[in-house]
Amino acid sequence: MPELTYLEAIAQTLRQEMERDERVFLIGQDIGAYGGAFKVTNGLQEAFGEWRVIDAPLSETAIVGGCTGAALMGMRPIAEMQFADFVSCGWDQIVTVAAKQHWRAGTPIPIVIRLPSGGGFAGGPFHSQNPESSFAHIPGLKLVCPATPSDAKGLLTSAIDDPNPVLFFEHKHLYRRVRGEVAESRFTVPIGTARIEREGNDATLVTWGAMLHLAVEAADALVEDGASIEIVDLRSILPWDRDAVLASVEKTSRLLVVHEDTRTAGFGAEILATVAAELFEHLDAPPRRLTAPDCPVPFAPSLERRFLPQVEDLVTALRELLAY
Amino acid sequence: MSRGVTKLEQPTRLSRETLVSFLEEMLLIRRFEEKVEERFRAGDLSGFLHVALGQEAVAVGVCRTLESDDVIASTHRAHHHCLAKGMTPNALMAELYGKLEGCSRGYGGSMHLYDLATGNLGANAVVGGGLPGIVGAALSFQLRGEPRIAVAFFGDGATNTGAFHESLNLAQLWSVPAVFVCENNHYAESTPSHQHMPITDLSRRAEAFGMHCVVVDGQDIEAVYLAATEATAHARAGNGPVFLVANTYRLTGHYVGDPQVYRPKGELRELRETQDPIPRLRELLGVDEESWSALEADVKATVEASVEFAKSGTDPRPEDALLNVYA
Repeated sequence: MPELTYLEAIAQTLRQEMERDERVFLIGQDIGAYGGAFKVTNGLQEAFGEWRVIDAPLSETAIVGGCTGAALMGMRPIAEMQFADFVSCGWDQIVTVAAKQHWRAGTPIPIVIRLPSGGGFAGGPFHSQNPESSFAHIPGLKLVCPATPSDAKGLLTSAIDDPNPVLFFEHKHLYRRVRGEVAESRFTVPIGTARIEREGNDATLVTWGAMLHLAVEAADALVEDGASIEIVDLRSILPWDRDAVLASVEKTSRLLVVHEDTRTAGFGAEILATVAAELFEHLDAPPRRLTAPDCPVPFAPSLERRFLPQVEDLVTALRELLAY
Repeated sequence: MSRGVTKLEQPTRLSRETLVSFLEEMLLIRRFEEKVEERFRAGDLSGFLHVALGQEAVAVGVCRTLESDDVIASTHRAHHHCLAKGMTPNALMAELYGKLEGCSRGYGGSMHLYDLATGNLGANAVVGGGLPGIVGAALSFQLRGEPRIAVAFFGDGATNTGAFHESLNLAQLWSVPAVFVCENNHYAESTPSHQHMPITDLSRRAEAFGMHCVVVDGQDIEAVYLAATEATAHARAGNGPVFLVANTYRLTGHYVGDPQVYRPKGELRELRETQDPIPRLRELLGVDEESWSALEADVKATVEASVEFAKSGTDPRPEDALLNVYA
């Protein structure tokens, strides 16, 4: 199987889906000849023309709202927010219009919004956020956060197929840093299903996106302690795979949730609350979460390092969890 | 067609038959909305209701120029657009009563009406929120080479929103077949135009995007129809979008029950005497008392039937609130 970077997997998926279905079109800022801020759409306008890969002005409201109108008319639009942070400018059209359309009207809204998210680049407070939790509170949306190239392809294909608005959080830090085997032909990963990255018996670590790779490093470090950590890659935030998380915690009796988003009302809170309510008598330790602190993403590398959970933070948290 | 402002001063006369049908449709909307006010005051209806008394000519005049597969987007003040685009009075009244037989199965209510079967992409109760979807719908028609157009209705207040400016910019940039109908009723809720806009001529907002503009007296349905005919033909022919400003008057409050303390004393009475599109058309046509009474009786029967239909409708089951969150 060919190896692709995370970015190449996304680009390949966009190309394959556009070849397969002429209703699919891309719209976003600087995605044409320029290839997008991160070059995900490089070469696609040349291949498909300027009306399949549409360079749009700085108009997130009209881009997202336009996608909704086009979807109602039978198209399959894929919008790119240049940075996930900018989705705040399209909030109303996502949350008020697209998310509620099927409920109030019975009409599907098959749109995908691609959101290059996450920190680690000294991008500063407006170019580094992980806004998935803000949208996790909105019934009608689906949210996916792939961590591997193969899941990026399988989940993006599912997102394009899905009759609902899907927010596709693609982590910028993974674009060129992770490589992996990705099947050349079309395949899907069902939205709402977690993946067991590795099996273990002593504690469950639930995470998604870029934090998965830190989780693997931390679990490796714990092997030296003689501890086996089960890693659940959640992959989808809405809907989330409750069954997979509950089954794992029922087995290990200990839970650590790690996310790059900030703490208060972050999605880790939802997972902890569910586990506390459902598995209270199975737990050997209070469920824990390791997250970014409740502040904007700082610019200075020293500050950003403090902000983003680090491998050593995960190791410490796991050791404390196991020692409880 | 050159870009610029067209002032329609001496419209060509339409046939009497056409104008009579306009009168019937406007009267149906008027009596329907008066019935809505009455049922709200009687405690039958819940929620927030916004009626469009006085603005009927804009909805009817524009929608009569549309084909059945053209689409519209509406606002929180939506009853007149919905009826004019083909929603049945029964489906609308049932929705206001919160019944499954309503156009949105009772899940939406007055501000969230929806009827894709008649080309109605929905009322959007966030002011200006309907415009982006219209651009996207029009873009779809253009991409697929279909001869359809998309029409956004909105008020003067909406022209202050970012969604308005983003939408007009994109529509003109891509030359999509859209018509933006601004029902300039001179108030954004309670705020008069001079307090929310630094200009008085709304067409200047669209001229800033290089968009073709048409300005019309929205109380003269013949003029509205002819202006809309020009606007929709322009868009349908692939000449790009049009901004149609219909100067109109809301002959009632912002919502049913609005005490309208913001209106200058006597304004409402004067407007009702001088700016009501229905007596104006009746006078133009010289409809005699006998014909008028017959027309009123027909309309009343339709409206009463819609109330009966709605009252006998089905309440959604409480446990069904969670249905249809996802497709």
